[in-house]
Amino acid sequence: MTALGGLRGERLTLARGEHQLFRDLSFDVSAGDVLSVEGPNGAGKTSLLRLIAGFLEQSAGSIALRSGSGETITDAEERAKFVGWLGHSDGIKPQLTPAENLKFFARYHRRGDMDSALDRMSLRRIRDLPAQYLSAGQKKRVAFARLMLVGRPLWLLDEPFSSLDAEGRALAAELITRHCGGGGIVVAATHEPLGVPCRHLQLGLA
Amino acid sequence: MPALAVGPRVSSFLALINRDVSLAARAGGNVLLAISFFAATAALFPLGVSVNPAFLFRIAAGVIWVAAVLACLLSLDRLFQADYEDGSLDLLALGPLSLESVTLAKIVSHWLTTGLPLTLISPILALLYRLPQSGTEALAISLLAGTPAVSAIGAIGAGLTASVRRGGLILPLIVLPLLSPVVIFGAGAVLATLDHISNGALPLLAAFSLGSVLLSPFAAAAALRLHLAA
Repeated sequence: MTALGGLRGERLTLARGEHQLFRDLSFDVSAGDVLSVEGPNGAGKTSLLRLIAGFLEQSAGSIALRSGSGETITDAEERAKFVGWLGHSDGIKPQLTPAENLKFFARYHRRGDMDSALDRMSLRRIRDLPAQYLSAGQKKRVAFARLMLVGRPLWLLDEPFSSLDAEGRALAAELITRHCGGGGIVVAATHEPLGVPCRHLQLGLA
Repeated sequence: MPALAVGPRVSSFLALINRDVSLAARAGGNVLLAISFFAATAALFPLGVSVNPAFLFRIAAGVIWVAAVLACLLSLDRLFQADYEDGSLDLLALGPLSLESVTLAKIVSHWLTTGLPLTLISPILALLYRLPQSGTEALAISLLAGTPAVSAIGAIGAGLTASVRRGGLILPLIVLPLLSPVVIFGAGAVLATLDHISNGALPLLAAFSLGSVLLSPFAAAAALRLHLAA
């Protein structure tokens, strides 16, 4: 994993059409931090994640990613190369098994140990079952296994715990803790406590 | 060492092609769909028009070419839509390949699972129209040279309609006018062979294909960026 220094957003404003989602939003997190983005429905949590990932462009303000070597990256396309994404849609092909789904991403990113990723989310039993027969929670576990496999340093998680059971949450929380322990950063949009020490960013108060 | 710099990207590119081809080859995938639609349309046509061999022989290339273009269009609406809907497109865009390369890989996979199989079974359909061997060969070569353009130009339409529900209905309206040169040159190449003349249709078709495969990834990727930002 490439080392990170930190991620800083400064006076970010995002407008979608006529509607302004948030204004003058600032945050600053360092390597090893978890940032929990909170706020009511429609406050712009997902949009903030998509903004950090480089899919959206801010109307004003700036985002700077500091690499481990102290270099500052402001270009959105460059920043995308650091992002590990766990979105609202799981990105799992129903026709393929969890093992095949992960194998593709391992080959696409040319890295990753599929078996250890499957084991980490305790997916060994269902690894060869077509994903269309999996429950939403099981698919979420596959998505977490993929996140680990791809090994990007900046994790952007949208509602990471939705549809996970108690064991799944514990496994995911452990993955997040390990990731931060290794110098990674996690930004998670969530409605529920992450179960790990984190900093908070509240949206929708403006 | 440029070869080393390019090498890793190529393996990501091949991984994506491999995934899409295996998805298309599975039950419910588009390979069988395209082949059966192509064969059924081309076989039905003589029944409705005329069984007069002298007449069929003249319309064979045009009919088979139109059937091939429509068969390729059938699966095009899902080219990006499936990945857009299940969130894969976000993950692909954040990967090591540019969106342009992702699009090119998708064009190649689409051609491997539609244009190529259609080209391979076209000699069987040519029998129904009693095309002589020279005409059958010309038909297969024209399909081989022209169907990449169908996948490539189709990808632009697929990119534009990736988030449109029932985009499959709009897609042909965008794409078919752009594909008229393919049908004209494709059928024209076969007729030239049958008439023992040389009209330059085949080289023009190949050039059109090459140009569209090289240029359309840029247009399709630009369209996809609009969907990712939505």
